[in-house]
Amino acid sequence: MGILKLVLRRLALGVLTLFVVSLAVFLLSQALPSDPARAVLGREATEENVAAFRAQYGLDQPMIKQYTTWIKGLLSGEPGVSYSNGEPIMDFLGDRIKNSLFLMFMGSLISIPLSLLIGSYAALRRDKTFDNANSVSSLILAAMPEFVLGAFLVVLFATNVWNIFPATIRIRPGEPPWSDMKGMILPLLTLTLAVTPYVSRVVRASMIEVLESDYVEMGRLKGLPERTVLWRHAMPNAIGPTFQVMALNVAYMAGGVVVVESLFNFPGIGLAMRDAVRDVNIPVVQFLAMFISFIYVITNLAADIGTILVTPRLRTRLS
Amino acid sequence: MSEHVTLDIRDLRIEVDGTGNDIVDEVTLQVPRGQVLGLVGESGSGKTTVGLAVLGHARKGVAISSGSIEINGRALLSRSAKDLRAMRGSLVTYVPQDPSMSLNPALRIGTQILEVLEHHGFGSSQQERRERVEQVMTEVALPNDRDFLRRYPHQLSGGQQQRVGLAMAFACRPAVIVLDEPTTGLDVSTQSHVLATVRDLCHQHGVAALYVTHDLAVVANLADRVAVMYAGRIVEQGPTKAIFDNAQHPYTRHLTAAAPDINSDEPVIGLRGRAPAPGKRPAGCAFALRCELVTDECREQFPVERPVLRDHLVRCFQAGRGERLTPAQTPVSVRRDSESAPALQIRHVDAAYTGHQVVHDVTFDVPRGQCVALVGESGSGKTTLTRSVGGLHREWNGEILLDGVALARSSRDRPTAQRLSIQYVFQNPYSSLHPRRTVGESVSRPLRVAGASAREASHAAAEMLERVSLTAAYASRYPDQLSGGERQRVAIARALVCKPSVLVCDEVTSALDVLVQAAVVELLVGLQRDLGLSMLFVTHNLPLVRSLAQQVVVLADGKVVEAGPTEQVLTRPEQEYTQRLLADTPSIAAALAAD
Amino acid sequence: MSTVDTPPPTAATPQPVRKPDGVFKVALRMWRTRIGVVLLVILVGIALFGPYFAPYGEQEFVGQPNTRHVEGTLLGTDYFGQDVLSRALHGGRSILLLAVASTALALVFGVAIGLVAAYNRGRLDDVLMRSMDISLAFPQLLLALVALTTIGPEPWLIVAIVAITTTPRIARITRGAAVPVVERDFVGAAEALGESRTRILWSELLPNVSGPLLVEANLRLTYSIGLIASLGFLGFATRVNAADWGLMVNENRIALSVQPWGTVLPAIAIALLTVGTGLIADGLSRASAGIDRAKGDQ
Repeated sequence: MGILKLVLRRLALGVLTLFVVSLAVFLLSQALPSDPARAVLGREATEENVAAFRAQYGLDQPMIKQYTTWIKGLLSGEPGVSYSNGEPIMDFLGDRIKNSLFLMFMGSLISIPLSLLIGSYAALRRDKTFDNANSVSSLILAAMPEFVLGAFLVVLFATNVWNIFPATIRIRPGEPPWSDMKGMILPLLTLTLAVTPYVSRVVRASMIEVLESDYVEMGRLKGLPERTVLWRHAMPNAIGPTFQVMALNVAYMAGGVVVVESLFNFPGIGLAMRDAVRDVNIPVVQFLAMFISFIYVITNLAADIGTILVTPRLRTRLS
Repeated sequence: MSEHVTLDIRDLRIEVDGTGNDIVDEVTLQVPRGQVLGLVGESGSGKTTVGLAVLGHARKGVAISSGSIEINGRALLSRSAKDLRAMRGSLVTYVPQDPSMSLNPALRIGTQILEVLEHHGFGSSQQERRERVEQVMTEVALPNDRDFLRRYPHQLSGGQQQRVGLAMAFACRPAVIVLDEPTTGLDVSTQSHVLATVRDLCHQHGVAALYVTHDLAVVANLADRVAVMYAGRIVEQGPTKAIFDNAQHPYTRHLTAAAPDINSDEPVIGLRGRAPAPGKRPAGCAFALRCELVTDECREQFPVERPVLRDHLVRCFQAGRGERLTPAQTPVSVRRDSESAPALQIRHVDAAYTGHQVVHDVTFDVPRGQCVALVGESGSGKTTLTRSVGGLHREWNGEILLDGVALARSSRDRPTAQRLSIQYVFQNPYSSLHPRRTVGESVSRPLRVAGASAREASHAAAEMLERVSLTAAYASRYPDQLSGGERQRVAIARALVCKPSVLVCDEVTSALDVLVQAAVVELLVGLQRDLGLSMLFVTHNLPLVRSLAQQVVVLADGKVVEAGPTEQVLTRPEQEYTQRLLADTPSIAAALAAD
Repeated sequence: MSTVDTPPPTAATPQPVRKPDGVFKVALRMWRTRIGVVLLVILVGIALFGPYFAPYGEQEFVGQPNTRHVEGTLLGTDYFGQDVLSRALHGGRSILLLAVASTALALVFGVAIGLVAAYNRGRLDDVLMRSMDISLAFPQLLLALVALTTIGPEPWLIVAIVAITTTPRIARITRGAAVPVVERDFVGAAEALGESRTRILWSELLPNVSGPLLVEANLRLTYSIGLIASLGFLGFATRVNAADWGLMVNENRIALSVQPWGTVLPAIAIALLTVGTGLIADGLSRASAGIDRAKGDQ
């Protein structure tokens, strides 16, 4: 009963978050002091053309009406039509969503365990060589924007130094994203190198907190083997923060994917987002922004619930 | 030394890793089977470090560099990590200071006790081990049913958590047990029960116990022998009675003179200064800096440990010399102006903390020129009440009158003159001074608020610093250059600088070591006498009240249980609660008389 | 034994007056901070004063496009036949200025919100922090892109949007650092004296969170530079055809194999700049943690 109530409360908070985000997205993309129709058609367009465009996309309706129409469309799975070709958005974004989700999934699959491993090991070997080396290199990697990191990787591995991986990925329309695994390597490497240092620092900090706790010292003073101290006494207390780390990881990727896709011409939602912004394709921008926020909110929700389930102090408070 | 020495520590030296600076040096201690040795020292004296070393453990940055530790004749320090692990938790066990931090929050308490038995190969079956868990739970007076064992630490009270710690320590029937201030943070009744349990179990199972503490009264009640530690060395050790009745080392004599006792009306005597930290210790005796018997010899070399009587050892060239310590000031003689109105009147005050009522209909007065002690255990509502008086807590109803005038709820709604008339000294001197402001700036700030010019204010501040026995030179220092006692003096100076009608002291000595605590109490007594201060002194420390207050108000669960003149409340309490509180408060005098 | 309460000899010897070492001073003892400062000074120098030393104009045609060796140029030409070195010397100023402006704005608002939330716990704190949490539910870059859609990459809009998305992050850190300070007794002492709210926020709280704030300011500057450069890379630089390190990486990467300088030079510039501020942030955070630890030991 307690848990259900808690899940419902978190869920409500997630819905609230999405609602606020939808307002922000709507206002920023459509209602800022500018005319979307003008922005799309350009300065030379005639009044009639502009009026026709407005009528076609419902821009002549009152703001509230436009907003509710948009939300209804989002909820019913028909988020509107593209300004550029009049096609339903989902028709040409479907494959791209699949591609991007695959990229993010693969990225998480590599970087989450890697961050946990590096972070925990650095914590165990605190202030020793590995920790110090990792500290400096992760600092440098985390400071650089993804596209700079990616550009260096392309210089190193795809052109001038060693020409071993393709600099762009080729996924033909209708083909699954894993049809060009070789092309996936550099995008994945960029994402991983961008995310892992950041996340492993968080892991290291929370591991150190656990390892320096009184209860871990007490475990040693009880004469327990180091293995038991680590796995039975330290790990269960480090798992809660780990869920947060996973959410962090996914969130970071959701942002990084736009840049990485642009760099490698990866046909995903990030590239679609860039193009849509460039072409003032407002319905596509709005949909993608909501979609990425949705992923973000869901991940956070899952992480929160996970944390509560593995933390007795939080879990027992419910009953 | 008596037969059956179970724990034998010889010439133990522990250093700060890599620097060669000693934390602990030349420590030699023996504890026979079934006896309790009280290891007494102020914070930073190295007592916990010795306690952990008995388990072959040194914290990060600390290394055991020489000496030997034997338990039942088995050397401990030269062992491999694996051997050491086998001994820890079974042959020698540890009860930590703060059970809420040292029990694993993610594991059920049953599991945490059981795993000790499992890893040390106790019994032949899980059934047998479970039975032992139930047995030790009974021994420490906790329920041993399945439901209770399946609880997590946070579902237990502080006292229960510490009992689980004891159960864990006694589960394998160790030869030696190290208890590191296990009752800190517990209220006196819980403390007295935990101590009784410790005493019974040690005697019953013939365990040699090393009880590490700063609390002399606890030691007097529990220990067979006492070792006194100062700046990393044992300066005196002997039978408990000898240490208290016939102390040879000036430091020990100061300790006993500084410890307040519930059954004694002698004023406490303080000593200022602090023990030198590792790396800053002198070549000679570390106490020489504070000792009134100091000679050139003391400054040149550290005295060796030599016997005074059989079993009573001391490290001092001047051992046994010097007169009995007497207070520097004559005891308080308070003007009792019965005609003048009370300085502070509290009338039917109810107070709530985040919507939860914690103070119920409290009424008492602080007569002018007197000190009223508000005594209560943690959770009694005393802090909420005092913060309401100071205007720092807003959720209260009723009337608080200062010089006959009703006060507004929040300090912000009170006129400046009123605010300056009630001054507050806080519990923790490490947090009550702005770290980036000089002492002078902090002390003169109230005067600036009152509208004084910068010159006047700093002049008055300098004068006030002299008043609290600091020099005017302190005005230009920053708090991080001061000791805890000095900081608390600065906080007192800040509170007194604009001559308040009422001084509220909230547990002002609880963060200080006993010698410094006594020195601060002496200062307050002197200030009260000289300035005719009206004081509300809030504390959980009942014995301390005797040296200081003319009246006592006992608070429990937010209600006044008993109030009256100090002597009457402490010697002839009428209420059962007060009687129990007094009975549970450990007393040196009572313990020695009982032997 | 009448001298019990005289000050001990140690107290009589006057100690030199010394202000507790600031975070910066401690941080500068570390090599990483020093390297960071050197990198930052050099890159800021290039970004601000580079245009005065550029051999060619920002949009001056000097020779055949995408060529490595062109007479009169050091590093060859870019995709449009412009001098790579001159473009690079011109291309940092707008990124740096926009990033500094937006971080400064965010710092002002974030610190104010964080301090107010920490000091006025309860409902105001809940509302403020909950709304900050919600605004964190959105990657910064994405929000910036959404905002640019209809208006385009105007400098004011970029500053505003980066500042708005950075503010909640700074507010959270400020609040987190200030909450323990609020619980310290010297704040209670100030309240008992009736000091005004503003004075408590400004002179009791702020000086005692300066360490974590300095760290955060540096970190946020690092990310703001990265964010604005990324926008340039995605094609949303503030001026059309103008030189911009982010945009240069994008423009010239197609010719990476024949003329790497067009991509590599601006990429190195951004990398050194962000690594510089990142190193300083790390040094400061180590210094501030060390200072806190020393305080805890007392």
